[in-house]
Amino acid sequence: MKLVVTVVGKDRVGIIAMVSQILAENNVNILSINQNIMDGFFNMILIAEISESKIKLVDLQKTLKERGQEINVDIKAQHEDIFNVMHNI
Amino acid sequence: MITIDDILETNAMITENKLDVRTITMGISLRDCAHPNINQFCQNVYDKITKSAEFLVKTGEDIEAEYGIPIIHKRISVTPIAIAADACKTDSYVPVAEAMDRAAKAVGVNFIGGFSALVEKGFTHGDRVLINSIPQALASTDLVCSSVNLGSTKTGINMDCVREMGEVIKRTAELTRDTQALGCAKLVVFCNAPGDNPFMAGAFHGVSEADKVVSVGVSGPGVVKHALEGLKGADFTEVAETIKKTAFKITRVGQLVAREASKRLGVPFGIIDLSLAPTPAVGDSVARIIEEMGIESCGAPGTTAALALLNDAVKKGGLMASSHVGGLSGAFIPVSEDEGMIAAIKSGSLSIEKLEAMTCVCSVGLDMIAIEGDTSAATISGIIADEAAIGMINNKTTAVRVIPVPGAKVGDMVEYGGLLGYCPIVPVRNQYSSDAFIARGGRIPAPIRSLTN
Repeated sequence: MKLVVTVVGKDRVGIIAMVSQILAENNVNILSINQNIMDGFFNMILIAEISESKIKLVDLQKTLKERGQEINVDIKAQHEDIFNVMHNI
Repeated sequence: MITIDDILETNAMITENKLDVRTITMGISLRDCAHPNINQFCQNVYDKITKSAEFLVKTGEDIEAEYGIPIIHKRISVTPIAIAADACKTDSYVPVAEAMDRAAKAVGVNFIGGFSALVEKGFTHGDRVLINSIPQALASTDLVCSSVNLGSTKTGINMDCVREMGEVIKRTAELTRDTQALGCAKLVVFCNAPGDNPFMAGAFHGVSEADKVVSVGVSGPGVVKHALEGLKGADFTEVAETIKKTAFKITRVGQLVAREASKRLGVPFGIIDLSLAPTPAVGDSVARIIEEMGIESCGAPGTTAALALLNDAVKKGGLMASSHVGGLSGAFIPVSEDEGMIAAIKSGSLSIEKLEAMTCVCSVGLDMIAIEGDTSAATISGIIADEAAIGMINNKTTAVRVIPVPGAKVGDMVEYGGLLGYCPIVPVRNQYSSDAFIARGGRIPAPIRSLTN
């Protein structure tokens, strides 16, 4: 199962490092990263494979959200199917 | 393959345009609960509901978290109690409503519907007991919703029931006067009520349904309005196409949620209800879509045409996105639950008479309209009769959910909170009497279009 992680917030050092560390710790494999800075705001969309991970999706979401709040970025992690059904027939 | 733009579009729909799934509703048959002893019947009802829906709320919350799509309500609908309880030797079904309320609270759902009777052609003993029990049942419960179907295209209109429901609405208002007649917000009168509607207050589990089903009601007026914001000056073909595409996307999300809920609960999928259901929040309004089309304020000439286009395009777009579509499936125009409607009433742009015209082209009817408390029962019955006639002749669902707020006058404001919203008292401008018409009773015969065989 693929996971779509979106990260939005004020840019600072270490955002990607933090997100990728959490994913690595939980054996979640990053498949692609798209990241840019717009008007000082950090935007990242990351697609990851979660099938080999033992952590429950809701727990991973919670960890990402909480750790994101510590550095003032909003992190959402969603099952890819919500995007698949909406945009693909 | 998902693109970055797809991801951004979906998440903007959710965060900025208030896209949500309005409800996952589990329909539960109570036909196997029948018992002559009312206490045993109530126990059977409680047990069946709590056992069937034990994991409904948890499942809804899990799906909400995993996909990142808000699911606002989890609800239950049951077999119309007038049918399920018909065997009980009793003259009041209030204890049944209380058992439903307890069961709903035990499993943590937001509403339970089905304190209902289907009397479009005539009354059984159970129907009469149920209708007489409605005011007290709604006054002594929190989550129970009640509905009465009193007309259909196939059978005509039960005018005895039309007369009675005017009085029942008044009594309900009186018994719940401490909460500005909140009981009436949980009571709806139908013509052509569908048995698979997941929306309240009119949800009940139809007699032809399976033992249990899961249905989903989608929402998303804000998303449609946002899509139209990029189409200033475009012609109606383009407007309709854009609404269709948007409705398709919204409905696909509903279908995903329904499929997952059905799988996880082990309960068959019923239908997706393709309704644009507004909320009182800014940016979640059907009225504002109409205004986006070029009507200065909802209710101005052109409003009915705009709503007709919207309603039709939503169905066309949604239909292909779901394997089973049903319920009410159309744009809702509940006044107190729609920020743009409330503003249009306040400014005098929208009236109860214009709303009646609008109900000819959308679902469902005169919905969540607070009126002066001294409006007579016969006038309310007259309003019900008019709506039922529109439904009967046009082969569509129509409904009336009016709230005669005791002591309230035009210019006053009533507030119900949450999804039920707030509303200024809407004037019933025509004060001439309907008394003699309503007093006749009997049945308005089935229309010629019912003879299709």
